[in-house]
Amino acid sequence: MRPVLLIDFGSTFTKVTAVDLDEEVLLGHASAFTTVDHDIGDGLSLAMNDLEKEIGVLQYDYRLACSSAAGGLRMIVSGLMPELTAEAGRLAALGAGAKITRVFTHRLSRQDLAHIEANPPDIFLLAGGTDGGNRAVITDNAEALARLDARFPIIIAGNRDAVDDCEDILSDFETTVCPNVMPRFNKLNIDPVQKAIRSLFLTHIIRARGMTKASSLLSGILMPTPSAVLSAMVLLAKGTKREAGIGELFAIDVGGATTDAYSIAEGHPTDVSVVLKGLEEPYAKRTVEGDIGMRYSATGINDVIGTARLAEMSDTTEEDVQHYLTAISKNKAYVPTIDDPRSSSLDRVLASSAVGIASTRHAGTLEEAYTTSGIVYVQTGKDLRGVRHILLTGGSVIHASDPRSIAEHALFSEDNPFSLRPIEAEIWLDKRYILAAMGVLAERESDIALRLMKKELISLGMSTASHVYTKE
Amino acid sequence: MQESNGKKLVIGVIGADVHAVGIRILDFAFTEAGFDVTNLGVMVSQEEYIGAAIETQADAIIVSSLYGHGELDCRGFRDKCDEAGLEGILLYVGGNIVVGKQDFSEVEKRFHAMGFDRVFPPGTPPKTTINWLKKDLGVE
Ligand code: B12
Repeated sequence: MRPVLLIDFGSTFTKVTAVDLDEEVLLGHASAFTTVDHDIGDGLSLAMNDLEKEIGVLQYDYRLACSSAAGGLRMIVSGLMPELTAEAGRLAALGAGAKITRVFTHRLSRQDLAHIEANPPDIFLLAGGTDGGNRAVITDNAEALARLDARFPIIIAGNRDAVDDCEDILSDFETTVCPNVMPRFNKLNIDPVQKAIRSLFLTHIIRARGMTKASSLLSGILMPTPSAVLSAMVLLAKGTKREAGIGELFAIDVGGATTDAYSIAEGHPTDVSVVLKGLEEPYAKRTVEGDIGMRYSATGINDVIGTARLAEMSDTTEEDVQHYLTAISKNKAYVPTIDDPRSSSLDRVLASSAVGIASTRHAGTLEEAYTTSGIVYVQTGKDLRGVRHILLTGGSVIHASDPRSIAEHALFSEDNPFSLRPIEAEIWLDKRYILAAMGVLAERESDIALRLMKKELISLGMSTASHVYTKE
Repeated sequence: MQESNGKKLVIGVIGADVHAVGIRILDFAFTEAGFDVTNLGVMVSQEEYIGAAIETQADAIIVSSLYGHGELDCRGFRDKCDEAGLEGILLYVGGNIVVGKQDFSEVEKRFHAMGFDRVFPPGTPPKTTINWLKKDLGVE
């Protein structure tokens, strides 16, 4: 037996997973509330106690961790145009597992700067201008940042003609210069920025976050949790040199406060007559819906769907919906019980809605343009209609009674035919919540991590778009 | 290929126009002549030209229109450029910018009034446009 321990310091729960590398099996897992107030190690000790009750005390070969505790990796992005360099920066930061607190475009105003001063990020990403393009705005923004009292690491990834000046102007900050996130119009180059984010996370962020006691136990906190989840998904989709992956996939992670969507897919237009517009999208793409979640952000779902519709879908009344929303926003650890059919029905409807909203916002769209020669189609974002795997994860849904019907809301729908979501897909459930742990393990043992995922993720069978639950 | 002259152009076919061949030829010819070209392809909205021109700090925007709706598609373009801080950027338009065979001097007048600096009749060879660009942008 060669046991290793994988730890996820989540925003709410600290989860520990023990794996035996020799037998390639999951030995056990446990979780406890994350304790950010004192030392994050307290939550870990509690979780370890539970794990040891289950599987005994083991001598671990190594312990690896990811973390989204204490608000996660908070980043601010600034770029020039909202749909160009600012968007490229946003995509880069999201893919690196960051929590983006603000995106600024054009020149930073006094108000913007006051916000930054009052809420300094863990990392600031300064972008703007294609290579050889606009240099005035990024340079002015560097000058504005230099006048702040707050200090934080800054990644400079804008117009290459301006980066030297920016670096000089920001000499009081720790700066990392990277190749431009958008070197040419609509061309993305996010890998270097993501590497820089990762390395800053390793060297700086952890230290600042009450990790002292815990870190002595660890071989390393490698990355932010969403980044671990993303790399697990890339591994699952693409495989390794020795072990095949399952192919392109679309995943939804429904949490209490946010719902994340991931696509590991090219998403190119499938028809030559379709014109592709807008910024190129990364193969491994992550989006975060900050207003959509099962607990804190359940009211956000209500804002999008409407109380009347939620009541209709769940066979309850608008009063029931309001009542329920108030109850769950107060008690974040609330889990619906079977003997309360109204709340379990509402819970399912909220989860389905979260999946529907997050998948629609993530997937690309098709637009019809009427021309004198007929209809021309314009695609923005990724066409995921041909993706054959949908993966559902997230603490709030993996224990749901009918996860398949929840996941099916990520499928193509006749109600919204211009949202390019999968038409037919095998539905997978991350029942034992192993994705983050496998993403971390993949750093050392990618083949084993992949095989474990194939074993532990549960297939709920194929679903096609026509089976999507609609109640009109 | 001539050495880069440092001038940046944003080019594309405006509106719902899908004629894709001419713009590729222009991209090739302008690049060959030493310009730094950002080609937005077909079906380009006014906002797209403007966004690209801001990020790339373009010296000129070259609008192509082949399908006859150029006049409608180009309306308000100069105002939008001004609004976006691109005051004074060089604006060219060409292709088959209006329907059928109209008196070109009238067409030219109307596009000048819309704020286009130069308006080119159908069949203008790339060379002509390149010469005007060099003149207007002070190259060589
Ligand atoms: C091929 C073609 C199509 C193909 C396009 C395929 C594709 N994706 O590229 C298809 C079948 C889709 C098509 C559709 C239509 N077409 Co058509 N098409 C043509 C055709 C035969 C050739 C175009 C071409 O590729 N030429 C070769 C390239 C190299 O030349 P070019 O495009 O003219 O570009 C050069 C110059 O114009 C110039 N130039 C271009 N832009 C600019 C800009 C500036 C600033 C300057 C200086 C110069 C410049 O430089 C370019 C390079 O040398 C022309 C007729 C013709 N012989 O030109 C009609 C033509 C352009 N089409 C025409 C029409 C009407 C249409 C339709 C509206 C037809 C319809 N009713 O269905 C639709 C519109 C569809 C749409 N939404 O855009 C008309 C336009 C008439 C007008 N403006 O008054 C033309 C002129 C045919 C005609 N005589 O009636 N078309």
